[in-house]
Amino acid sequence: MKNTENIIEIKNISKSFGDKRILNDVSISVKRGEFLTLLGPSGCGKTTLLRILAGFGTADSGEILINGKDITDMPPHERPVNTVFQRYALFPHLDVYENIAFGLKLQKVPTDEIDRRVRRVLKMVSMTDYEDRDVDSLSGGQQQRVAIARAIVNEPKVLLLDEPLSALDLKMRKDMQIELKEMHRKLGITFIYVTHDQEEALTLSDTIVVFDDGNIQQIGTPTDIYNEPQNSFVADFIGESNILNGRMIKDRLVEFAGHEFECVDEGFGEDVDVDVVVRPEDIYIMNRLEGAQFTAKVKSCTFKGVHYEMFVDTDKGYELMIQDYNAFEPESEVGLIIRPADIQVMHKERTCNTFDAEIISEDRVKFLNTEWECKPQTKFAAGEKVKVEVKFSKVELIDHPEEGTLAGEVHFLLYKGDHYHLTIRTEDRDDIWVDTNDIWDKGDLVGINIAPKDIKIIKCDE
Amino acid sequence: MKRFFAQFYIWLLLIVLYAPIVFIAVFSFTESKVLGNWTGFSTRLYSNLFTGEMHGGGSLMSAIQNTLVIALIAATVSTILGTIAAIGIHNMKGRGKQAITFLNNIPMLNPDIITGVSLFLLFVFLHVSQGYVTVVLAHITFCTPYVVLSVLPKLTQMNPNIYEAALDLGATPFTALRKVLLPLLKPGMISGFILAFTMSLDDFAVTFFTRGTMGLDTLSTYIYTDARKGGLTPELRPMITIMFLGILILLIIINLRKARAARNAA
Repeated sequence: MKNTENIIEIKNISKSFGDKRILNDVSISVKRGEFLTLLGPSGCGKTTLLRILAGFGTADSGEILINGKDITDMPPHERPVNTVFQRYALFPHLDVYENIAFGLKLQKVPTDEIDRRVRRVLKMVSMTDYEDRDVDSLSGGQQQRVAIARAIVNEPKVLLLDEPLSALDLKMRKDMQIELKEMHRKLGITFIYVTHDQEEALTLSDTIVVFDDGNIQQIGTPTDIYNEPQNSFVADFIGESNILNGRMIKDRLVEFAGHEFECVDEGFGEDVDVDVVVRPEDIYIMNRLEGAQFTAKVKSCTFKGVHYEMFVDTDKGYELMIQDYNAFEPESEVGLIIRPADIQVMHKERTCNTFDAEIISEDRVKFLNTEWECKPQTKFAAGEKVKVEVKFSKVELIDHPEEGTLAGEVHFLLYKGDHYHLTIRTEDRDDIWVDTNDIWDKGDLVGINIAPKDIKIIKCDE
Repeated sequence: MKRFFAQFYIWLLLIVLYAPIVFIAVFSFTESKVLGNWTGFSTRLYSNLFTGEMHGGGSLMSAIQNTLVIALIAATVSTILGTIAAIGIHNMKGRGKQAITFLNNIPMLNPDIITGVSLFLLFVFLHVSQGYVTVVLAHITFCTPYVVLSVLPKLTQMNPNIYEAALDLGATPFTALRKVLLPLLKPGMISGFILAFTMSLDDFAVTFFTRGTMGLDTLSTYIYTDARKGGLTPELRPMITIMFLGILILLIIINLRKARAARNAA
């Protein structure tokens, strides 16, 4: 049975390079005529997925259907898709006209029809008078227009775009975004667009797929992704945000930054740890202190063109970012209000580190391929498989990797108002999460120590 | 004063460099059998060269013909092989790529005499009767690395997406090779071909060891044998002069083309 609404079905695609997992069981359905964006930081797997769609790379497992037909093993030249490459990839030995006519000539389209179609797409990308020009003599923006024309002239079912605007300057990029959106509307074909620019994704897309580390973090419309991020990665990656640890007291009541707030979220349960996101433009700031939900002291205030960006320290010691049309003097006391609908509550992905482990002796346990000293215990015998729990705040990071029991690299960091939440990736590509007040940068090499008393050993099936 | 010495130095250098060839060119216009005796101006040696009315004239002409034919075949075949090899090497990754590039460089650094002797021993070991075919094979062997080396940089400079773009637009791998890859590699292939051609023309040692005993001569082995048989045949003097002029003109053309290409690019 064919599903006629979805033009592309990506099913359980996985891909590794060496022992590095690039795509992890990725499934996406793309509707006919949709503008779908794969968004994520560099190295998140989005370009790999696009290359697999175009046929330049193969997946280790999974399958891809276009129009209900399995194309997983189809070579690129037989696929009903065309690609616009990041660095244009125009043929330098051919002029603009010949570049665009390349695909049509291969299909043995009659010359007069080629001529008609080439002229039509040239008009569409506003390059009408350039057909005889050498492609090397064109500016970056013009080359990109030719690259787009070369792809759409073949009238593919799906157009794949690999960060097509990343090499252009800001002004040109904004103009091209509008043109692309307009082109998508006129052509009515499906666009799959790869970018690391969240603003571009929000502007262009019908649907955004947020990637990180080869995993889909969230699929949704731009407003969904912005207003209701499903986890702290998405909240942090899309736009500016304040992400804080919180506690769901009961339905419609959440506590964070030392205060209780009404919210609109239900169904998390009672007394459950959560992450809370508040966008900086959603915090109301005023000089009056009465009537405020809580107070804060302005630390800094920067003019950003349309708005002012302020950092404030709250009465309970949390740092928040606030955007407002009015400036508030540093050192002044302000009152803050957050409306229930502007509080986004998210499930915590994890509340503490949990590792598979094996008991070595009474006071030694092995996890993360490393032996650690633990509190002497007799509950478990040597060789027994157990689990180990370590609180985020109990992992100690030190400057010198060689002085730690284990070495790792700061992979991701998230500011949570009063502390940093770090993801440390070990050499064996395991992750350890750490809460710390110290400032680290992404990519820092660190040593990892855990005090014996902070290693909690529990039975495997608990 | 400083300027004068600088000028003087450069002219001294040019004189030392070009004196031998000028010497031969001057004495190609006299009939004396021994190089160095001026017996009056004459173009007789030039006419002898072209009419073949000279001692051993026939074998000189066949040596020239052999040289050109061998160089042409060797350059053509090594350009094809070298281009294919370069594409292969370019698409390899990591260690293997490094190793192959390194192995490709060795034959170029290896002294000709060692290449010659080892090829000779190989042909003897394989019981290949030596002659035209073995000389051509030997020339292809030492020319191919030069082609690889001229084509590889073109591949590295190329946007890696270009070949994929051709496939994406519906070209089969073979069409993409023919319509996109080869036209872009052409400059590298042409310079590789010229390099291979001159290397083959120039070669003495390898030819000497692989030509067998059937009396096959290229220009270099002919001159060598001739010089050993009591002095150089006088007609070789005009021949060397003509070859030198030919190469000079070729060089000027290449340089002019380069200058024009650079102007166009600017």
